[in-house]
Amino acid sequence: MDLLIILASGVATGTVLLYATVGEAFAERSGILNLGVEGMMLIGAMAAYKTAAATGNAWLGLLVAMLAAGLISQVHAFITITLQADQVISGLALNFLATGISLVLGEGLTSLRDVVPQLPKFTIPGLAQIPWLGRVFFDNQSILVYAGFLFIPLAWYYINRTRPGLHLRAVGEYPAAADTLGIHVYFLRYFYVFVGGTLAGLAGATISLSISPGWFGALTTAGQGWIAVGLVIFAQWNPIRAAFGAYTFGALRRLVLDIQAPVLIFGLANPFYSNLNYAFFLKMLPYIFTVVFLVIGSREANRKRIGSPAALGLPYIRGQRGL
Amino acid sequence: MKKKTFWLVISLMLIAAFVFTACQPAPEEVGGVQIPDIEDGKFNVAIVMLSNHDDGGWSQAQWEGINYLEENMDGVHTAYLELVAEGADSEQVFRALARKGFDLIFGGSFGYMDSMEVVAEEFPDIGFVHISGYKFNGTNFGNMFGEMEVMKYAAGMIAGSRAKADGATRVGGMATFPIPEEFRLFNAYALGVQETCPDCDVDIRWIFTWHDPIVEREGADSLFDAGSHVVMTGADTPASALAAADREGVYGITYDWVGSCTIDECLTAPYWVWGPVFVRITEEVQAGTYPYMADYFDASTGGVALYGFMDGQELQPGVASLPADDLAKIQAVMDGAAAGEFDRFDVFAGPIVDIDGNIVVPDGEFMTQADIDQFVPGAPGFEATYGMYWWNQNIAADLPDL
Repeated sequence: MDLLIILASGVATGTVLLYATVGEAFAERSGILNLGVEGMMLIGAMAAYKTAAATGNAWLGLLVAMLAAGLISQVHAFITITLQADQVISGLALNFLATGISLVLGEGLTSLRDVVPQLPKFTIPGLAQIPWLGRVFFDNQSILVYAGFLFIPLAWYYINRTRPGLHLRAVGEYPAAADTLGIHVYFLRYFYVFVGGTLAGLAGATISLSISPGWFGALTTAGQGWIAVGLVIFAQWNPIRAAFGAYTFGALRRLVLDIQAPVLIFGLANPFYSNLNYAFFLKMLPYIFTVVFLVIGSREANRKRIGSPAALGLPYIRGQRGL
Repeated sequence: MKKKTFWLVISLMLIAAFVFTACQPAPEEVGGVQIPDIEDGKFNVAIVMLSNHDDGGWSQAQWEGINYLEENMDGVHTAYLELVAEGADSEQVFRALARKGFDLIFGGSFGYMDSMEVVAEEFPDIGFVHISGYKFNGTNFGNMFGEMEVMKYAAGMIAGSRAKADGATRVGGMATFPIPEEFRLFNAYALGVQETCPDCDVDIRWIFTWHDPIVEREGADSLFDAGSHVVMTGADTPASALAAADREGVYGITYDWVGSCTIDECLTAPYWVWGPVFVRITEEVQAGTYPYMADYFDASTGGVALYGFMDGQELQPGVASLPADDLAKIQAVMDGAAAGEFDRFDVFAGPIVDIDGNIVVPDGEFMTQADIDQFVPGAPGFEATYGMYWWNQNIAADLPDL
């Protein structure tokens, strides 16, 4: 059991969660809860794979995946922002809609495997020579993993240090006040739901073009979208924490498998060897953290402290009292 | 005033909508699943599947089987239902299908077992056949499965031969859940490895899923990183071969569906051929001779197969380049299986020794069907002597607690 391999694997597969989680964080920061992440990821995975298969160009697949998932997210935006319907119900409905669409359009994609191009994997020379860190972060990773490294600080900087980021937070915290300042509340909410959709699409494309290339029907994403929804709370709507959570989640998933091997740990016999209870416990940990944060977040005073956007889940109706 | 007219128009339209839809029967929907119609004058067969019909694995193999039935039997109409969740939802679906008038209903996932048992009791004139379970009533509810362990044994011989030819001493297996079926299939695999590579050991990972591209990918990576030369999966996706493709000179073995083994790094795929099985059962049900018991079909029926060795298929490059005497041995097993001369009881023939050196099955003794299906002590009236809770001596893993 090699800790560096486990962490490197966590970074590789955690990238899926990273994109989906940060995307959802953008949408929620603007005040719109979108539970349709899983469905949007499926759309992305299907569109990416289908386009790459049809055109022979994986990059085009990536682009189409992001646009397609962004587009489908606008259904949710229209229902919750313009029609002011319940965000939870609309998000769940979006899941059904998106899953159905991706299954219909994905018909016949399962048998194409050998001809579909994938996104490149490479080692970054120089950086890969850094002891420890090099092997975890820069050794034979997908280009989408490296893109993730750039994306995390950019997303954080955008939200916390730029004027558009300030507008985003204002719209999610106190839309009425933002409106009086001339910020386009409706437009910005539409826009950030779209951003959330494109990032969910990117997450789906990461699966179907890089991690496990292929289309496997409704189980292609296997619940990753739901984990992302939980991880947003764990991450407290912060991209850097989201990255930490996503990579940890990925690494734990791999650790669960590696501790089953009959190997030495620090020169001692593996105490977890073949005792599946330890595997269950480790598998449970990220979910426990999420539940703990949910419980903490259920108290109004605590919600503020962990950074929940005050107007999250509430429709904004111009001229009405309240948020 | 304007607003009032608007609402009046809306209400009128709504009333009209209700009136017009009432004239036409809407398609029946149960648990989010649309129930298909039967065709009068034909023998109507339905299959209920867990995943979507093109999932690239277990459900797709069943879907192709039901299509084969439709194309190859006159007077039979078939329908399939996909994405039906196990448990209470499925019970409603089975009941709705029975009420609709289907004559024979297949259930394609383990978790449908109890629902089918309940509904079968309510509709004694309709046949229910459950794939992969263990319950049956002898009158109209039976279970059915096939001799996949022979194919897994041959796949193990291929894996062992490949490892030995390349100078490796370890192969891997990704098991799904600690149930008798998985012990059976991976013990068969390990016995096959032992046949062609006596020095090899078999590493095992429990992945606790039947179909998850990411977890399967990580399981395969975990095994390759721990030194496995070939990884066989017990789950649906081709992740074992895809993970091998990212490395140098290692191989994967996929499962369930004939189309899953497409890349050069895939050695072979043990897969299901449901078409002829469905045709046989449908014929027997029509004739009134189907026994509705535990129907465990042999490899000689053609219901299970090994990719590369069947008619019209070519050996994958990683198999074609194996040593000739190993290939001859593997071919002999496949020929024996097709002729009915080599079956599951030959795979699990004594002497079998477990990881602790204890003798599981003594020399000259054989396991029974009850042993192959269950853990000791087995169901009442179907007792197991040896059972399936053991690992073959070349497996490099402890038995998990159940």
